Amino acid sequence: MSTKIGEVIEASTGGFVAECYELHTPPPLGSVVRTTDGDVEIYGIVCNASTESIDPGRRPVARGKDESEEENIYRQHPQLSRLLRTTFESLAIGHGQENEILHYLPPRPPRVHSFVYLCEQDEVRRFTQSLDFLSILLNSKGGSVDEMVSACLRQASHAHDDGRAFLVRAGKELAVLLGGELNRLNAILRRIRL
Amino acid sequence: MNEANTQGERLGIVVGGSLTGGMEVKLDSATPIEEMAVGRYVVIGGLRSRFFGMITNISLGTINQQLTITPPDVADPFIAEVITGTSTYGKLQVTPMLTISGDAVSLLEGPQPVKTVPTHFSEVREASEQDVELVFGREDEKHFYVGTPLDMETKVCLNIAEFVKRSNGIFGKSGTGKTFLTRLLLIGMVQKKEAANLIFDMHNEYGWEGTSEHVPNVKGLKQLFPSQVALFTLDEESARRRKVSPDYVVQIGYDAIEPEDIALLRETLNLTEPAIEAVYQLVREFGEERWLEGFFNLSGDEEIKELLTKHNIHESSYRNLRRGLQRLGRLPFLVPHARENSVQRILEYLDRGMNVVLEFGRYTDVTVYMLIANILTRRIYAQYRERTEMAMGEKADKPHPLVITIEEAHKFLNPSVAEQTIFGTIAREMRKYNVTLLVIDQRPSSIDDEVMSQLGTKATYLLDNEKDIDSVLMGVSGKSELKTVLSKLEAKQQALIFGHALPMPVVVKTREYGSAESYKEFGFRDAAELKRKTEEEIKDLF
Repeated sequence: MSTKIGEVIEASTGGFVAECYELHTPPPLGSVVRTTDGDVEIYGIVCNASTESIDPGRRPVARGKDESEEENIYRQHPQLSRLLRTTFESLAIGHGQENEILHYLPPRPPRVHSFVYLCEQDEVRRFTQSLDFLSILLNSKGGSVDEMVSACLRQASHAHDDGRAFLVRAGKELAVLLGGELNRLNAILRRIRL
Repeated sequence: MNEANTQGERLGIVVGGSLTGGMEVKLDSATPIEEMAVGRYVVIGGLRSRFFGMITNISLGTINQQLTITPPDVADPFIAEVITGTSTYGKLQVTPMLTISGDAVSLLEGPQPVKTVPTHFSEVREASEQDVELVFGREDEKHFYVGTPLDMETKVCLNIAEFVKRSNGIFGKSGTGKTFLTRLLLIGMVQKKEAANLIFDMHNEYGWEGTSEHVPNVKGLKQLFPSQVALFTLDEESARRRKVSPDYVVQIGYDAIEPEDIALLRETLNLTEPAIEAVYQLVREFGEERWLEGFFNLSGDEEIKELLTKHNIHESSYRNLRRGLQRLGRLPFLVPHARENSVQRILEYLDRGMNVVLEFGRYTDVTVYMLIANILTRRIYAQYRERTEMAMGEKADKPHPLVITIEEAHKFLNPSVAEQTIFGTIAREMRKYNVTLLVIDQRPSSIDDEVMSQLGTKATYLLDNEKDIDSVLMGVSGKSELKTVLSKLEAKQQALIFGHALPMPVVVKTREYGSAESYKEFGFRDAAELKRKTEEEIKDLF
């Protein structure tokens, strides 16, 4: 059974933002998460996570000047865990319909308040059998696309029996997709080599 | 038939090319480029038919020019593996040669010459054993197995029946295996009985026993096919020393030598043009059959002077001629009157479908070789011509096809003498009279172009002289591609064979010859086995 980690608080065709149930424990960058829109299961890759104040107008202030340990701050101010929240962004990269995994965008975004689950190794392996999702990732806008891609591949490789073979396959796919952008390719390859 | 057997391994896909320039094939990333080799066969699966082709070039490509300027970190095996076949890839140039389609013509007549190209992205596979067999046929009463294609176990078979219909050539540098292949082809011709052979065996290699660089001595034709081969020799003594018993010792009478024979030897005997002219004057004086004898019998200054004045021969020409002819006079097999007509004897053998090997013993001098080959061949050719003409008039059967094997062919067929020697005529007029040549030479560029262009099937070993390569490949389609293949042949045992007797050019590793096993394949039975067989037959009888 996959772990429920949060719920959708913002959704669009290209992705969704979810709030974590636990402060400071977003899913790792690049991990595969799943949510639903009715019968359709929507898969996403975590591309960003942040922890901030619930009220945008009130920024947290530093409180640990006299504390020797970080943990003491939270112990002293238990309200903090209510005033802060952790959210993460996911890029939609595919969806599942009637037991079939399709590596392109779902017809509709998930509903707000849909539960978000972190995919188990089994599911990750099934989803990453095809590497068609890589082109969606590479074409996404954002600051650290390459970091996300390499993190995603590194994690997915653990789900496969032969992690190296998976990475080589993915590398070859990247080499084709990034034919004209050698520097990007090299950067990603250096981040995913075993 | 299971799938794995009928299809070779996938190599890549067609990405471009033309009929004349060959197809461009991008290798799959899983295909290691270093395992490819020029001269190897591939099959391209087009939409309607399959194309059979040969790899003629191998090159490297990159997806992006920048890659060549800032190469990736290939010291890392992971990155190297990813890059191979994607950013960098191997390319093959494949010349399509034949099409194998499922239509009626193909089924009846086998693969057809290629007239179009496969579509984009057609799959390219290594040719499987079945494909090669489909193209080169299997060993049967007409096809003779000469060797295997590069890195394959399939047999490449030569259509001997077609082979003997044209003159053929075997070329290659010294020591590459010309003699070896010649011996094989001779065996093929003897075995398939498509033609009688007359072999002018300059170095005594084909008749009884031949030399090989690996095995001490290999069996010659006579040992393999004792009942079909007759061994003639010019030098009985040498034969005896080699413990070979010839069937016949050839003697040539002076009367057999004609002025044309001397003209042919002009260069080797160092004769001047007026000296050759003088020969014709001598014929006028003494008659066609007695001129040489008459010339040798000249004695006394008076007589000579009289002759010279009568025919207006300059004295220096006379001396030049005398010096030259005396060299011939010293040859022991040249006698004023021969016991028997050797030519007639050879013809009798050939008529019976026997194959004649003429060994030269110690007389390995080119002069002797040219003289004898020319004298005998001219007469044999004349007879064949006569008989063929009679056959045309329906008075007799066409004579049995004859193949004459000559070595050092450029001496007979170089542009300055090709017009005069009988060999030039045979090479040009060839099959009309059922006589063809098998020429063996190491300097094909010295052979007359006209003769070279008439050769049906050519087999060539490694050549490194540009002129030689050009002359061998003259007029062949896809010359520049074949040139690459030819220059990359191994120094030994690999030959490029192309022409009339084969559907397409092929690089073969010549079949093994010299072991007991190989002799058996040719149908040779050693004494012990013969005895056993006889005993069995006797047992069956009673």
